[in-house]
Amino acid sequence: MIETKGLRKSFRSRSRREVKTVEAVRGVDLAVREGEIFGFLGPNGAGKTTTLRMLATLIEPDGGEATIAGASLRKQPGEVRKRIGYVAQGGSTWDEVTAREELVLHARMYGIGRVEAERRAAAALDAFQLSEYADRRCKTYSGGQRRRVDIALGIIHQPRVVFLDEPTTGLDPQSRAHMWEEIRRLRREGMTIFITTHYLDEADALCDRVAIIDFGEIVAEGTPDELKREVSGDVVTVGLNGATPQAAELLDTAEYVRKLETTDEGVRLFVDEGATAIPLILRGLDSAGIDLTSIELHRPSLDDVFLTKTGRSLRES
Amino acid sequence: MKLLRDTWLIFQRQILLVLRNPAWILIGIFQPFLFLVLFGPLLKPIFGENAYNLFVPGLLIQLGLFGSMFVGFGLIAELRAGVIERSRVTPVSRVALLLGRSLRDVVTLLVQATILVVMSIPFGLAARLGDILLAFLLVGLIALLLSAISYALALIVRNEDAFAPLTNTLIMPVWLLAGIFLPITSQGPYAAPGWLEALSDWNPFSWAVKGTRALFAGDPGNPAVWKSLVIIGALTVVATLWAGRLFARSVR
Repeated sequence: MIETKGLRKSFRSRSRREVKTVEAVRGVDLAVREGEIFGFLGPNGAGKTTTLRMLATLIEPDGGEATIAGASLRKQPGEVRKRIGYVAQGGSTWDEVTAREELVLHARMYGIGRVEAERRAAAALDAFQLSEYADRRCKTYSGGQRRRVDIALGIIHQPRVVFLDEPTTGLDPQSRAHMWEEIRRLRREGMTIFITTHYLDEADALCDRVAIIDFGEIVAEGTPDELKREVSGDVVTVGLNGATPQAAELLDTAEYVRKLETTDEGVRLFVDEGATAIPLILRGLDSAGIDLTSIELHRPSLDDVFLTKTGRSLRES
Repeated sequence: MKLLRDTWLIFQRQILLVLRNPAWILIGIFQPFLFLVLFGPLLKPIFGENAYNLFVPGLLIQLGLFGSMFVGFGLIAELRAGVIERSRVTPVSRVALLLGRSLRDVVTLLVQATILVVMSIPFGLAARLGDILLAFLLVGLIALLLSAISYALALIVRNEDAFAPLTNTLIMPVWLLAGIFLPITSQGPYAAPGWLEALSDWNPFSWAVKGTRALFAGDPGNPAVWKSLVIIGALTVVATLWAGRLFARSVR
């Protein structure tokens, strides 16, 4: 649905007499499949928003090619605009007009006739649970309501791909959960969704696949689970009742264990996939007559992935 | 066709925004009103009964200068609110984004000009309706010209702190050299120095003032009338093309 090849963009910044060239995006290759929620992660300044803005036809790439919903970004930007929706991070409404007026105008900017625009506005207000405030001015809305209006605007023309730039930044937990539901609903309606986020739990919970960009280049791409496995597989912690040395000897030779560490309470095992390893561990210990007090499965978080791929935690960037 | 339709769409929205806060139209007219009431009487001993027919045309052009040159502030606010970016991801005509706004500025300025002319009648202004309408055509063109320039500058500087001094610096010489308060002419008892008149002859708005004065003097055949329309009209075309190109180019 979205395919990019070697997408590049650099900016020139002039300070005093010096002209500096900043390579914001240095050859991005991405492949987003139809109907998926694709997460685009990266620290601030990594090239996330620049890539997004290029894909949304807001800035022109210096090099590379992209095809979005079958239209070429460089050759048919007008066609791309018709097929995509874009929701900016900072909001997009006039304070003094109502959500309904905004939706009707926005639909009409896509060339939709008045009657149809009004029908779609009413449907969108309903779908985003905004009907109650539809005829109040946007300045009276809460942050979550405003964000819902922004997204409703972005999809009023029923695009095939929607770009959402940090859709939940600044929302309270309840509005965030609500927003996730809205995004999943859009996917159910057949849209492909490309979101940027710096919440790793969000990427984990919401996205089918993610890509991590750092210094303008893609450093990792895959499903959240794949990426986490790539880092260190799963971690299984086994609590043992004193029989640690025997258990360690037994498990260290098992072929499904990649690495073993002994701890005060027992052993910690690094395995490729915890779900299949746990029955094997249980069976092995049981047949050797070793008692265990607890068994626990940890998944490495996306933050671990981020740390290994970029050398820093997303939170500190 | 699409350009017209899109321009109409943007214009409707912009007019809606004006109607939601109509007080701004009156605030815009307050300054020329003060000039009319507090400065106009000083001209009466000099120019006699004709004073207001000389002064009101100057005020109309001044209203156009100051009313339109600062519309860029609104665009900067819109850029910040994200509404411009939201428009730019749609296939809406880029030039329509400019024209819809400029037409709104023309309409608000003509409403203000009408209020100003009506307010001036009790002071002794007298002119034929046809001449007034021709003067309004000129004022409308000035609104189109200056709003285009103002939007272009706003797109270039993108922040209020730079925009305010920039427009002020540009507008002051043009304003003073237009002969708004006193005609800049080397003839008669209040003759200007020759160099000042020469400078003023190069100022398009000085021609606008001359043309408007001729119309309010009931002399539509005066060459200043067609000259001012041609000069301002040509500049309007150039400025609109320039600003239209800036609108079409990517926004950082």
